[in-house]
Amino acid sequence: MAAVAARPHRGAPGFARRALTSDHLAGWLFVLPAVFLVALFSIFPIIWGFILSLQKASLISPNRPFVGIDNYTHIASDPVARQAATNAVIYTCLFVPTSIIIALFLAIALNQKIRLIRFYRLAVFIPVAVSTIATGVMFMWVFDANFGLANWALGGVGLGPFGWFDSPSGAMPSLVIMTVWGWLGFDAIIYLAALQGVPHELVEAAAVDGASRWTIFRNVTLPLLGPATLLLVVWSTISAVQLFDEVFFITRGGPLGHTNVPVFYIYRLAFTSQYGFSAAGYAAALAYVLFVVILILTLVQFWMGNRVVHYSS
Amino acid sequence: MSVQPDVRAMGAITAATARPALPGETGMVEKPRARWLPFSPWHFVLMPIAIIMLVPLLWVVMTSLETLAQTQHFPPILWPGSFQWSNYPRAWSSVPFDTWFINTIIVTTTVVVSNLLFCSLAAYGFARIRFFGKSVAYFFLLATLMIPVQVVIIPTFLIVKQMHLIDTLGALIVPNLANVFGIFLLTQFFRTLPIELEEAARIDGASRLKVLFRIVLPLSLPALATLAVIQFLWTWNDFLWPLVTIYKESAFTLQLGLMSFQGSHVNDTNLLMAGNVMSMLPMLILFIAAQRYFVRGIATQGLKG
Repeated sequence: MAAVAARPHRGAPGFARRALTSDHLAGWLFVLPAVFLVALFSIFPIIWGFILSLQKASLISPNRPFVGIDNYTHIASDPVARQAATNAVIYTCLFVPTSIIIALFLAIALNQKIRLIRFYRLAVFIPVAVSTIATGVMFMWVFDANFGLANWALGGVGLGPFGWFDSPSGAMPSLVIMTVWGWLGFDAIIYLAALQGVPHELVEAAAVDGASRWTIFRNVTLPLLGPATLLLVVWSTISAVQLFDEVFFITRGGPLGHTNVPVFYIYRLAFTSQYGFSAAGYAAALAYVLFVVILILTLVQFWMGNRVVHYSS
Repeated sequence: MSVQPDVRAMGAITAATARPALPGETGMVEKPRARWLPFSPWHFVLMPIAIIMLVPLLWVVMTSLETLAQTQHFPPILWPGSFQWSNYPRAWSSVPFDTWFINTIIVTTTVVVSNLLFCSLAAYGFARIRFFGKSVAYFFLLATLMIPVQVVIIPTFLIVKQMHLIDTLGALIVPNLANVFGIFLLTQFFRTLPIELEEAARIDGASRLKVLFRIVLPLSLPALATLAVIQFLWTWNDFLWPLVTIYKESAFTLQLGLMSFQGSHVNDTNLLMAGNVMSMLPMLILFIAAQRYFVRGIATQGLKG
């Protein structure tokens, strides 16, 4: 900027014109609307969220006294928070491996060039378009204890009847089955994209060398799917830890708190009368802890993954 | 899994040596069909999976066409003899579905259009203009992709409340006018376009806006379509944010409406499922029609990680 000002110029109009046509101004004018919106609705809230976590805050009253780190120390002694954390761990450990392993084999099958493959792909992808609430309405009916399809089908092979969402031990596995149904298409699409990026020369070379299909899969294809797997592990973990819609709509955290998960607890603390509308600060602290946990999990997964995963070129 | 590995390998060799691969051929190893079957054995894997994935949806449709007595029958009735099409108008008129549809369409269209506009502008700035602070701004934008929604939801609620938008459609629109995924997607795409056309137009005196709207955007229709359908999907199906900002029924979106409809019709399973089908249908139709763009958008979402 100093160089611009030092150059001889013909008065203010010329300077103004140059400023208006400069790349700096033009660049900022182009990005400003979006940058402003993101700053206002993402960057500013993340700072304010931290401030709120140090306050005794309510969403109703503008009076928000500072309480230091009380909200954070309270988390350690809060049995409901501990229960929510435990449930999140259980759900994540069930959901992430189940969905990714099924999706991997599904994607391999969907990568075959056979008849009806467009139909098969559509069948697997279509739950992506179904909302969590519509999925909930659907699975509450499929898993209906009295008239549901699931109990009838399993009864046919001598299993059940199960209580599904209504039973303390069955609610969490039922949520896992339902969300795997909903997420399989997403995972399969990412795996399918990765599979189609596997260089044909490698597969052909291995085949020419007489490698069996299993050997090719194990030693050529699978290592090349490493980045996609890492990504799906990270992505699925992040979304599993943040499970909310299904719990809110179907189980309400029950039965007996067996599906009470962190975001559901945060929601009840901040937005419902259950805790007297006065726990928004505590909820913000919990949300921040969850954020840090997610960050650490992500970094650890990437760090561990990068030691195992092979990136081609 | 592998039926006849050695035969397959031999097939690959003959395929590779017999003739050069034609353009359009994928170059995949030719897989001679297992001889004991008239079709690929993969159907044994894929057909059951396709059925498992589709059966819940199909059963919802079947239930929506049954009488109430038929829904309360065990074993379940998979094919009701006569279809109760009247369940649909009954479900439609028993709650303000029309209002909820219109609300959702207003919110979704506004958000999609504004995202196309603001993300295009920003992406053009990031992809084509050198300006002070660009890489820092871009880095901060991408960093916000890491922020989970529940961390910002309480402060964002307070901001929207300050704007007096709570309980209005504005609460659903304003915070979502531009999103970082769209900026990222379009920036990446614009960078792949040949710059020569744009430079030529600039030399001929076209303004940057004109270059963006007359040259860059027409070349970017696939990317714009990808952004549009993914944003459409997110906004149409969003639940948590509408849940905390909308309380009155007349401002409900379809998802909130479906939830309330479920609450008031717990035992009218046939009507409930008719409502569910109606709520899903627009998104399903869009998905089937624009599957290519959804798939591309999701694959890109994968890339952003």
